[in-house]
Amino acid sequence: MAGILVYALHDDAGNFNKNSLGALSEAAKLAEQIGGEAAAVVVGDVSDDAAAGLGAYGAKRVFRAKSAPEGLAQPIVDVMAKVIKDEGFSYALFGGGLLGFEIGAGLTARLNAGVTMEVTAVKVQDGKLVAERPVLQDSAVVDVGYVSDPGIIIGRLNAWVPEERGGTAEVVDIDVELSPWSTKARMVKRGEQRGGDINIEDADILVGGGRGLGDAESFKIAEDLAEALGGAVAATRAVVDAGWYPYAAQIGQTGKTVAPKLYLALGISGAIQHKVGMQNSENIVAINKDPNAPIFEFCDLGVVGDLHKIAPKLTEAIKAKKG
Amino acid sequence: MKICCLVKEVPDAAVQKRIDPNTMRLDRSGEKNLNPFDTHALEAAMQIRESGVVQVDEIVAVTMGPESAVRALHKAVALGADRSVHLTDPALEGSDVNATGYALAKVLESEQPDLVLLGQQSDDGECYTIGAVVADHLQVPSLTQVIKIDVAEGKLTCERQAEYGYDTVEVELPAVISVGDAINEPRYPSLKAIMGAKKKPLDTKSAADVGIDTSEVGIEGSKTRVLAINPPPAKEPGEVFEDEDTDETVNKIVAWLEERKLV
Repeated sequence: MAGILVYALHDDAGNFNKNSLGALSEAAKLAEQIGGEAAAVVVGDVSDDAAAGLGAYGAKRVFRAKSAPEGLAQPIVDVMAKVIKDEGFSYALFGGGLLGFEIGAGLTARLNAGVTMEVTAVKVQDGKLVAERPVLQDSAVVDVGYVSDPGIIIGRLNAWVPEERGGTAEVVDIDVELSPWSTKARMVKRGEQRGGDINIEDADILVGGGRGLGDAESFKIAEDLAEALGGAVAATRAVVDAGWYPYAAQIGQTGKTVAPKLYLALGISGAIQHKVGMQNSENIVAINKDPNAPIFEFCDLGVVGDLHKIAPKLTEAIKAKKG
Repeated sequence: MKICCLVKEVPDAAVQKRIDPNTMRLDRSGEKNLNPFDTHALEAAMQIRESGVVQVDEIVAVTMGPESAVRALHKAVALGADRSVHLTDPALEGSDVNATGYALAKVLESEQPDLVLLGQQSDDGECYTIGAVVADHLQVPSLTQVIKIDVAEGKLTCERQAEYGYDTVEVELPAVISVGDAINEPRYPSLKAIMGAKKKPLDTKSAADVGIDTSEVGIEGSKTRVLAINPPPAKEPGEVFEDEDTDETVNKIVAWLEERKLV
């Protein structure tokens, strides 16, 4: 049967990841078109109700491996490889995020399968799945097909939206013997929040700060501008990893997804990993000194120039305007 | 301890990249450079050596690619690698992620490193995946997108950002670790190191030399096929201008925001 298997990631509190649920909804739609079944895999401590609840997003069956730990890729590769082989699934689909990349890549090697990543859409051609993947800073989109079973498809962040359709899934408990190398990585601490708690998801206006700010102190420039505009400050992964700004303010691949009325980017190059978290903003304004920065390809208003000169004057001008 | 760094030659950032509609592959003509993310992997290897916590006997740069890829190896050696290995074979051309990972694993098997380091993504698009593909072929643990490595005898403690915040993970060696650009600030090679790079040992290996089954690599051995290349969804291009007179620039931005009722 031409089934599609989806990995459903969950946090320590048992909440499923939005991108996983989106992938499951997409799998359910695609499975109908190719005459197969959408199913999910969960690992670790997932309750009967939570597992069966994935049926609401389109899973007919949920394979649960209680003894495999959540959060690291290789044990989950073991679980998914077994389910794919035993049950004959034709595709594995992952929602955007870090673990999907790792598990999908591991499965590729384990099952000698083709893989496509950063996929934004999947279509059906002649009863088979074809993945659409933007390449070269989104300047082209390639259609990728698979010449063998299974095909591995790793989505881009926010490629698919969860859709509830009702129903419950049959929960199938499975025992999986982990590979010797899968138990050689051990989670010491998961999901540590670094820096203060900042709410950026409810703001209508966000000023985003990137590496172009130069140092942690220069975030004051972004904060002053955000205050003048009545908004909040967001950040890129590069500056969060550098310790310039709290993780809670991070947008993109391993951070938050936002769509404010205005996103004003200061010193942000606009790499794909950031773009996927803010590209649905209603208005995007960018100030960056590098004329080749990718953000100028998708902003609504772009200024090539030194943000350290422009932003403070902009703050003053907006303050004056507001009186 | 022996460390292998996987490196890759990529089109220079300033080169306008395109896909060749005949071959459906990236046009790799024009100026090339060592993938910037790989310089962070080399720097991480150097810092492990310099930390003195474990003895690093050798740092080996490894690449797969056409003849021109030698230049990436020269740059890697200038940045600190002791020698380099170049896997090159016409049979490997057009390999997809799966086939490339398999081929790299075979060349690494011949080196038997304790640690494999690589950049988490390459400028020409293969992101996040190759390290995990190589690791599963080698049957060793792996972690990608790592931004901090603490080394001890026989194991590493790594940090990285995942879906819910920062994860700290202990990994037994041998292992494959891909690193992000936040892990370090790569040093600039000295003039002496650049001049001396071409004199360091460089082994050239064919697919057969490292036991690669050529039916599993190249365009034919790949399990994916590029079926079509399409333009991206149309988007109205934005207005981009250069800041010449900052007061005027600010007025323009404010007017633009006012027009959209954002101030």
